[in-house]
Amino acid sequence: MGSDYDDNASFSDFSLGPEQLEAIESVLQEELIDSGVHSVMVIDMAGNIISQLDNGNCDHDLYSLAALASANFAAVDTMAKIVGEEEFSLLFHKGESENIHFSKVNAEFLLITIFGKDVTLGILRLKVAEAIQKINAIWE
Amino acid sequence: MAFVNMKSKEVQAKIVFYGPGRGGKTTNLEYIYGKFRERIKSEMVSIKTHGDRTLFFDFLPFDIGKIMGYDVKVQLYTVPGQVKYDATRKLVLKGVDGIVFVADSQVEQRKKNVLALKNLQDNLAAYKKSIFKVPLVLQYNKRDLNDVPLLPVEVMEKDLNSQLKVPSFEASAVTGHNVVPTLKKIISATMASLQNVLK
Repeated sequence: MGSDYDDNASFSDFSLGPEQLEAIESVLQEELIDSGVHSVMVIDMAGNIISQLDNGNCDHDLYSLAALASANFAAVDTMAKIVGEEEFSLLFHKGESENIHFSKVNAEFLLITIFGKDVTLGILRLKVAEAIQKINAIWE
Repeated sequence: MAFVNMKSKEVQAKIVFYGPGRGGKTTNLEYIYGKFRERIKSEMVSIKTHGDRTLFFDFLPFDIGKIMGYDVKVQLYTVPGQVKYDATRKLVLKGVDGIVFVADSQVEQRKKNVLALKNLQDNLAAYKKSIFKVPLVLQYNKRDLNDVPLLPVEVMEKDLNSQLKVPSFEASAVTGHNVVPTLKKIISATMASLQNVLK
């Protein structure tokens, strides 16, 4: 074991106040759930759930979903770097009746959206972009 | 990077089981899953190859109850142990709050243990974390084997723990011996490191 280590390396534990979380939830509600999205969550890159909302008809295993989503995003991001891209801008999985869309909020957070046939990808991307802008404004 | 939700009074922390391939990381999680089945609401997630080797990670969310007024959820992960999966191993380490290093007690695995620990140190360094600072527990696994030569615990301590000086356990993930004490130790070390945030 070498001793040439940065002893000041910080462990960036963080917390958000109730007001910030409520503000994020209302953005998710107004921009996404009210637009017909089934379920939406903000997670961190380590797979922790920061905020989560759904339309009341979803019964997914959210902790597993968050762990897999962050890992999936990290894997795709690493693949992008290997082929010389900064990042892949569209991360979207299409299913028979459910689709999943991944979007980066900032360096630490991801927005995961689950939606059905009643929302088009174009509208969803527009709404997600608006939501991200508003969420980032809350953090500033 | 633990997340503290002040609104729902919930803490989520990430604990990763690290170590050489075929050392028993997944078996640790499987034992925990079986033992606490009634308290674990979701299924254990495993991303593995057809040959039953961990390809990306295993994942087990574990609700451990209230600590200092917060509902504490620990997310248990394993990494793939095989050398060739270093890229995915590194990804799993992102945001880690506590680590169990599962070492293989077999004499012939001695070098692999040391290399895996060095690999852990390097991969933590990539996230600017020091192996000397992160909550860490060592587990000397497979002590139940009696048909192959095992390393004396003193030798394993000298190989792996002479500088780290962290808690260590002799264990058998297959029989469950010392699996729960290992888990309890890393949870308490992890929570202690989060105390400043919870106050």
